[in-house]
Amino acid sequence: MAVGLLVTCLNDVLYPETGKAVVTLLRRLGVEVTFPAGQTCCGQPMVNTGYLDEAVPLVRRHVEAFAGCEAIVVPSGSCAGSVRHQHRIVARRSGDPGLVRAVEESPPVYELSEYLVDVLGVVDVGAYFPHRVTYHPTCHSLRMLGVGDRPLALLRAVRGLTLCELPAAQECCGFGGTFAVKNPDTSVAMGADKARHVRESGAEVLVAGDNSCLTHIGGLLSRQRAGVRVMHIAEVLAATETPAALADPAAEVAR
Amino acid sequence: MSRTFLGTPAFPEAARSALANTQLRRNLAHATSTIRAKRAAVVGEVAEWERLRRAGAALKDRTLRHLDTYLQQLEESLTRAGATVHWARDAAEANRIVVDVARRHGTDEVVKVKSMVTAEIGLNDALAAAGITAWETDLAELIVQLGDDLPSHILVPAIHRNRSEVREIFLREMGRYGRPAPADLSDVPAELAAAARAHLREKFLRSRVAVSGANFAVAETGTLAVVESEGNGRMCLTLPEVLISVVGIEKLVPTWADLEVFLQLLPRSSTGERMNPYTSLWTGVTPGDGPQEVHVVLLDNGRTQVLADEVGRQALRCIRCSACLNVCPVYERTGGHSYGSVYPGPIGAILTPMLRGVGADAQVDSLPYASSLCGACFEVCPVRIDIPEVLVHLRAEVVDSHRGHPSAQNAAMAAAAWTLGDARRTSVAERVACAVGKLLRRTRRRAPGGRATLGALPGPAARWADARDVPIPAPESFRAWWARTDGGRTEQQ
Repeated sequence: MAVGLLVTCLNDVLYPETGKAVVTLLRRLGVEVTFPAGQTCCGQPMVNTGYLDEAVPLVRRHVEAFAGCEAIVVPSGSCAGSVRHQHRIVARRSGDPGLVRAVEESPPVYELSEYLVDVLGVVDVGAYFPHRVTYHPTCHSLRMLGVGDRPLALLRAVRGLTLCELPAAQECCGFGGTFAVKNPDTSVAMGADKARHVRESGAEVLVAGDNSCLTHIGGLLSRQRAGVRVMHIAEVLAATETPAALADPAAEVAR
Repeated sequence: MSRTFLGTPAFPEAARSALANTQLRRNLAHATSTIRAKRAAVVGEVAEWERLRRAGAALKDRTLRHLDTYLQQLEESLTRAGATVHWARDAAEANRIVVDVARRHGTDEVVKVKSMVTAEIGLNDALAAAGITAWETDLAELIVQLGDDLPSHILVPAIHRNRSEVREIFLREMGRYGRPAPADLSDVPAELAAAARAHLREKFLRSRVAVSGANFAVAETGTLAVVESEGNGRMCLTLPEVLISVVGIEKLVPTWADLEVFLQLLPRSSTGERMNPYTSLWTGVTPGDGPQEVHVVLLDNGRTQVLADEVGRQALRCIRCSACLNVCPVYERTGGHSYGSVYPGPIGAILTPMLRGVGADAQVDSLPYASSLCGACFEVCPVRIDIPEVLVHLRAEVVDSHRGHPSAQNAAMAAAAWTLGDARRTSVAERVACAVGKLLRRTRRRAPGGRATLGALPGPAARWADARDVPIPAPESFRAWWARTDGGRTEQQ
């Protein structure tokens, strides 16, 4: 048996490098990784917008795709929270006892930092990343999953990395899924404050465990020409001293 | 003085104008961060805070499960103690009861203790329609009333005002309704409080009828409790001859001993104090001491409807501490008026739609969406109301109430569910997206670090792209990469 990578729909099409980084990292740590091809999306966008019926086929797809895996690893606190807490709500709504049972019997799901620290028991993953980094604890990883300081412990063990403190770190960035477009003014007002705090931190790289939040904060920073790039924590943890990892930060990531 | 929340636009629109009010933004950021820090400090002192929260939630849940029994017990205890108990199904009934009692005493004015429930039922307007003036005696309520304003916070209704604005309101308005503010009034808080004290004192001494709410009602003894900071409540509860208390039926606790839990949870969560300055407890009529005629109006006004909602009923645990408002990043920026209800912030976003009914209008239906679901409210709630859970539950009710009506959102969600409901369809959609991404990448700029982005876009895309650069799909999806390279094993370096 192997761990199944739930890459997430967002990473699949927008940020495949994050998925590749998880594969690189886990293999380096001796973990066998599979990518169940039947996976699509965990259904969170539908559930959080109120479309529970629409989420039913997605939850069904998820449990079918990952049946037989030893565990599910996902580079997203938000999607981990969705699978862990929302799938049973959707299954109950479907009225299908088979789906309810399948969700209950589905393999345990771990956000990446939980899997590394709690299951593998590692903090130093052998990474090298010689940059000034600040870390934004995304709301769902922090408050829904309770990952605590696991991501910070992982980052502190990275060779060459300077960790900068992020002011008001635990405050929401304002992404919030469809909130970002249903309440764009409030979302951007929240994001503007987050972006200001990121700039105040003095970091050149903003790291988080959710590319969804990073799309929002990164979109603001990029629009401001702030000179701060955003990266998923998996990409930092996968980086080593080999030349590929030291690629020019202004250039397109090698594919 | 009859402004109401009626006509408030849906949340996104109301928030847009609030966000542009720089004074409001500054006042709220300052006030909420101050209260947040105070709360965090005094909550941190309590070693068993989590157990206390769980006790508070369990007590309220048990009371709500047996609400019928406890309500009858409360009625008996109150009647035994010499109070008159009235039952009100809705706002109109409650208002009529209060107006009738006041009229019977031939008064044209009442003094009021700050009370959320009387704001909920619009009592002041009902009294005004009967020719009776209601004087708000809480400092912040006074500021709101004199300024012909609306409350924007559960605990601090004038939180959106700073002290120079308060000074202007006092100077301009106090003289119209009683003792004027001193002409040389400054914006020093102590001076402002002294002006309010002098203005209110004559109303306390003159009024024969007082109206209050209650923070708690003890079924076992028939005791009502009001928790406050300024002493105005104590004045209203002891000086007048007649006291009318309007109490939501969820305010019950079974026994006197249960107050022990809530009187620890409430002040630490609301004002960030270990103990509030004034806790008034009264049990019916005490001959020769305090009001000699005591009325208690037990109000439903949608609460049994909330109780019938298995997920939503936890909102009835609320003790109106406002910790969720103070910690909410949405509330901090949009202020309370944007919620169009006397109950603003996260608790208002769930309570208002449940009390008024999902589908009531577009404004009510916009409230469950007025949250990024960050979960900070649940973390601080002293009675563990899982507000994000209820928000998502109510969003589903909003969607279900509009099923069958064609809308862009319904169509988009149906299309997304169809595509993502099958891996093959998903893969085709991704190939199209990646092909577009490949083309766009040739011409567009790169964000620092290489992520390709688009700038501002027109039309509906502007809702994102107005202020944020837009990510461009990768040239090859992860799924396609995995299939092409056998999970990276055959990839050429």
